[in-house]
Amino acid sequence: MLEVKELKTIFSTRDGDINAVNGVSFFLQPGEALGIVGESGSGKSVSMLSIMGLIPDPPGKIVGGEVLFQGRDILKMSPHDLREMRGNRIAMVFQEPLTSLNPVLTIGNQISESVLIHTGRDKRQAINRTVELLNMVGIPEAENRLNDYPHQFSGGMCQRVMIAMALSCDPQLLIADEPTTALDVTIQAQIVDLVTRLRKELGMAVIWITHDLGVVASCVDKVIVMYAGQIVESAPLKEFYANPSHPYSIGLLRSLPRLDSKIHQKLISIEGAPPNLIDLPDCCPFVPRCKNAVEKCKDNNPPLRKINSSHKISCWVDIPQNEKT
Amino acid sequence: MKADNEVLLQVVNLEKHFPITSGFVFENQVGAVKAVDGISFEVLKGETLGLVGESGCGKSTLGRTILRLHRPTSGEVFFEGKNLVELKGKALRKVRRRAQMIFQDPYSSLNPRTTVYEIISEPLQIHNIATGKECVERVQELLNNVGLNHRFVNRYPHEFSGGQRQRIAIARALALNPEFIVCDEPISALDVSIQAQIVNLLEELQDEFKLTFLFIAHDLSMVRHISSRVAVMYLGKLVELTDRDQLYTDPQHPYTKALLSAVPIHDPLVEEKRRRIILEGDVPSPAHPPKGCNFNTRCPLAERKCFEDEPLFRQVSPDIWCACHLV
Repeated sequence: MLEVKELKTIFSTRDGDINAVNGVSFFLQPGEALGIVGESGSGKSVSMLSIMGLIPDPPGKIVGGEVLFQGRDILKMSPHDLREMRGNRIAMVFQEPLTSLNPVLTIGNQISESVLIHTGRDKRQAINRTVELLNMVGIPEAENRLNDYPHQFSGGMCQRVMIAMALSCDPQLLIADEPTTALDVTIQAQIVDLVTRLRKELGMAVIWITHDLGVVASCVDKVIVMYAGQIVESAPLKEFYANPSHPYSIGLLRSLPRLDSKIHQKLISIEGAPPNLIDLPDCCPFVPRCKNAVEKCKDNNPPLRKINSSHKISCWVDIPQNEKT
Repeated sequence: MKADNEVLLQVVNLEKHFPITSGFVFENQVGAVKAVDGISFEVLKGETLGLVGESGCGKSTLGRTILRLHRPTSGEVFFEGKNLVELKGKALRKVRRRAQMIFQDPYSSLNPRTTVYEIISEPLQIHNIATGKECVERVQELLNNVGLNHRFVNRYPHEFSGGQRQRIAIARALALNPEFIVCDEPISALDVSIQAQIVNLLEELQDEFKLTFLFIAHDLSMVRHISSRVAVMYLGKLVELTDRDQLYTDPQHPYTKALLSAVPIHDPLVEEKRRRIILEGDVPSPAHPPKGCNFNTRCPLAERKCFEDEPLFRQVSPDIWCACHLV
């Protein structure tokens, strides 16, 4: 359904070009849930904004690659076609619900807007659809809340409103960009539960962007790990957690304490900090922090290679099983 | 990590209410946000007491009120035998040498116009501990302690990453050789791969300098990792305080149970088998807490009694303190 090939996005600054996304390729089947994991600055949000055609130009620019959605290249679409697709077939939920809603428009207004634009219904039908959507995302007494403003809703409720808005035109793909990062754990559990239920009911595909390896474990089918604008590992969910193979993924998993672990162990941290994206050297970007680096890693940036039928990593080294856990 | 049973800090019935006023010239108080509402607990020497709760439950206010960054509405805080609530001026300043704080956001807790040297040496100069060459040496020693290169002394905060800034903030807190440090969400503004570095650093420093921590956080797995005892807070009150292992294997209060079940575990095989307790609704406003038990609006087990009487925070077994009628 969605296929991204060698996507490259840069941002021009006075100090040089920032290589935010550096050759990202992946595909997604209808109804599938994909988790993209990475730290801040790893390029996960920028790749999604590129897919949606939302990169501000200037300073940003997509300099290479293709994004095929149902056979058509999004990057070559006219602004009109793009508008028709955005919100209608691909929808997005953002990280901070309170800043992504317009504070001076009522909730009812904001949700019915996309229904009016994309579906050609009249105003009354749009209002009915809005109530239906609010009920679907679990907002109590939806009819009475249409005329409320965003500040009258809590963070978790606003995120539900955002999801209702995203679902208003039955999209085939929902991109959720860190939807729970600004929320508390009990509210996060509510939202994860809601999206998982809606995905099953509506049969849409979901891309779930997060930095939390725990959230991903409960709600997706396959996982992509990003580092410095590149995909470093891509695998089906269970395969990834049972057999993480890129030194960065292994390091991340080992640096997290587990709620259900039995003994107190010292956390194994990844030393150093992520690289500066302005002048990335030609080598593997993880080399300065990697414990397994060999001479070859300093000369060539490894391409994604298959280690079994569904599992890919971009690393020259095969790490023995006993160093993985 | 081992605690002797000597009490370092004792908090008795501490309250901090922020007034809500209305009117323009003659401001009348029309209500109060009960951020901290009658909290009592003890911190033992050498331990790490974890304090967890959702945003807005008052955990940061509690940490700040203990150190007198807020003036408490009522209650007492005993630290090394002195009641901090009654202290003023010089005497208070003297105690503050022994109790320090690390803040959440290393981007706003360091003054952008001062160099690392000025930031770390400021407490030394205020308390007349070191001057001149001695001061420079002390700052370099502190930078080494927190794993930063001592040649960084003349740089400004913007030249550092988030993890490095938090290390500077830790060095500043250590400058006066404190006994007790309140860590107010020291890792939540940092990236995942950096969090473990800072937690390991805090643990090493605790061993080296025999520190006692009050570790405030909302990340329950990290709190479990670092703490020896854990207190759970909800809407201005403590709901449970127990030994770390006890809390995570056999939580008593229904809120603790729900909170723990909401934390995702990074293992899909475990996640498949887990049953989540999904709490309905949101935390009520601390300006209008519900009558009876604070948790009754979201509690799956609430009975009539819970809507009438407020449960006391009581000792239910030697190690467990809990505020629930049903425990």
